[in-house]
Amino acid sequence: MADAALPAAGLAPPPRSWWKRNQQTLAPWLFLAPGAAFFLLYVIFPIFQSFQVSFYQWDGLGEAEFVGLRNYDELRYDDAFYTSLWNNVIWLVLYLAAIPAGLFIALFLNQKVFAIRLYKSLFFFPFVISQVVVALVFSWFYDPTFGLFNEFIGIFGLGPVAVLGDERYVTLGIIVAGLWPQTAYCMILYLTGLNAVDPEQIEAGRLDGAKGWKMLWYVVLPQLKPATFIAFVVTVIGALRSFDLISVMTNGGPFGESRVLAFYMFEVALSEYGFRMGYGAAIAVILFMIMMVYIAFFLWKMYRDEKEG
Amino acid sequence: MNSILKASLAALATTAVLGGPVLADGHAKLSGDLKIFLDTSNPAPRATMEDMIARFNALHPDLNIETNVIDREAYKTQIRNFLTANAPDVATWYAANRMRPYVEAGLFEDVSDLYADPEIGEALASTKGALTIDDKQWGVAYTYYQWGVYYREDIYNELGLTEPSNWEEFKANCQAILDSGRKCFTIGTKFLWTAGGWFDYLNLRTNGFDFHMQLAAGEVPWTDDRVRQTFANWRELIDMGAFIDNHASYSWQEALPFMVQGDAAGYLMGNFAVAPLRDAGLTDDQIDFYQFPAINPDVAMAEDAPTDTFHIPAQAQNKDAARAFLKFVVSADNQTLINNGENLGQLPVNAGSSVDDDEFLNQGFEMLSQNSTGGVAQFFDRDFPAEMAKAGMEGFQEFMVKPDNLDSILDRLERIRARVY
Repeated sequence: MADAALPAAGLAPPPRSWWKRNQQTLAPWLFLAPGAAFFLLYVIFPIFQSFQVSFYQWDGLGEAEFVGLRNYDELRYDDAFYTSLWNNVIWLVLYLAAIPAGLFIALFLNQKVFAIRLYKSLFFFPFVISQVVVALVFSWFYDPTFGLFNEFIGIFGLGPVAVLGDERYVTLGIIVAGLWPQTAYCMILYLTGLNAVDPEQIEAGRLDGAKGWKMLWYVVLPQLKPATFIAFVVTVIGALRSFDLISVMTNGGPFGESRVLAFYMFEVALSEYGFRMGYGAAIAVILFMIMMVYIAFFLWKMYRDEKEG
Repeated sequence: MNSILKASLAALATTAVLGGPVLADGHAKLSGDLKIFLDTSNPAPRATMEDMIARFNALHPDLNIETNVIDREAYKTQIRNFLTANAPDVATWYAANRMRPYVEAGLFEDVSDLYADPEIGEALASTKGALTIDDKQWGVAYTYYQWGVYYREDIYNELGLTEPSNWEEFKANCQAILDSGRKCFTIGTKFLWTAGGWFDYLNLRTNGFDFHMQLAAGEVPWTDDRVRQTFANWRELIDMGAFIDNHASYSWQEALPFMVQGDAAGYLMGNFAVAPLRDAGLTDDQIDFYQFPAINPDVAMAEDAPTDTFHIPAQAQNKDAARAFLKFVVSADNQTLINNGENLGQLPVNAGSSVDDDEFLNQGFEMLSQNSTGGVAQFFDRDFPAEMAKAGMEGFQEFMVKPDNLDSILDRLERIRARVY
């Protein structure tokens, strides 16, 4: 066996090409390159461009005029901006209700009965349909003259309430519509998480007398931590980009009371009457800053977990 | 602009055919591609436009015409993109301030040469002003329509009411309708512009056309007492409960059933509301039309008559064919045809065309030609600059729901006026 290899070894080994030598190191970068290039072009570059545009007054068609910080100065006196910002805060807080709701549905569905897969997929259904459809369904549901919602509260002698026409309820109404698919999303995350729960630990907990809430809080939930983290991330992002529901259900109304920053930015810069690219960019920059807080938190947490792990 | 309109409408009322063969060079050899973008996405106007383009193509068989119909609402935001990149040869849009951003950005072709031809210039005199910016014309109108109060004739008859001719009668009628358990007017303000129609009429009737245009031009503060008077008149109706509840939840189409079912007796709308009312089963015996009555007897009557237009983008490839198409669109015969009751059901822009024999078109035409001596406005969101229009209509919606907020609304509009102009 060794003899057979000898003649080849006798010759000087052919010089390996640069490609062969570096193949291992280069391959991942090559595979990453298309994604990275598009990420740079469509995400990173527009972020810097938004910063730049926010210092200009520009209608998107003609010449842009440099105005320094005037767009930001104007934001300080813009009631609509504060309304949108406040709505964003409400969205961020209330949208998180999707996480416990998703968890409890997941716990409920985590059992072995006949056709459980069918029930699971039915609960997951709202996440699969388009946000626009969700918005339409809920705007009919809320309709003050023939909607089911008013029929329902009518049983208790309440109403009629024009949920989407009343500035006190409109944001809550849209958030409830948004929670429907978001809960389904969190549910599916927890269902996969529950599959990974260690049965031995459950058993051990049971032997030690844990059940009900204690079992959930001290034994199950810690094991679901990764799922909770992901659910938190997607819910916060979902809340910050709540746009389609608002656009379809109220178009920002009544009188702008259901706007959030993303929608307000679209309205001033790109909608039917929007010709203020600079002002829209300034709003986008503020929204970006808010998102940065979360992004920084996530990055920091991921870094910490990696170090521990 | 207004005197021209009045003059030409009067001329139209008396002369039979004046336009003549506008298609003088209609048989010049045209070839190549002609790309047309339309926002006429509703089924009836779409069919009308496609038929019109087919007839134009039959005249110019060598021309390869590509038509692209875009949803009317989506079109309003897409136009910015397609005018700057990959422009069509012909595109629909709206007159007056609505086209100003594109004119000022140099995206529309100057078509003053078409109007230099007296056969077109005179025939289109009525809409020339609405298409003029900086003494040049930037497109041609293809249709326009009246606004006014469409009402349930059968309900008025039942209650023994007649069409009001002044503000007091208007309010007395409304009170009688309210007492019968109905609302006076349906409206859907979700998309805001319907409230702009009410403001237009109340302001035109309270302060007159010239004041309205000064306000549009930013020359009068929103906090002016005359503007407040307009809102005070509006408030009388709101306090009576004249409008349907929860109007902020509805689009204009969603507000139609209230009138169809008899829960509301009237609708301040453009003539395009007639078709869906008829489709919903109301007969012409049940619906009728009256001009918004005078409020201040000292101001002349003025009307809203929005104009829809065709333009040639500056970057168009085949401008010769595009010009020929515009000439074809505004020719007297074509105008008569596309605006008749079976097609758009609106008013033709060519003085040589004839108005279709339709109850509402006749009334509208008579109103615009004889009883709109103050002037003719386009519409709130076409006369006012985009940003002012948006903020204004939002303020009107808020006022209709919360009339007590008037002071803060007017302060806000005044701040925006200070910045926009």
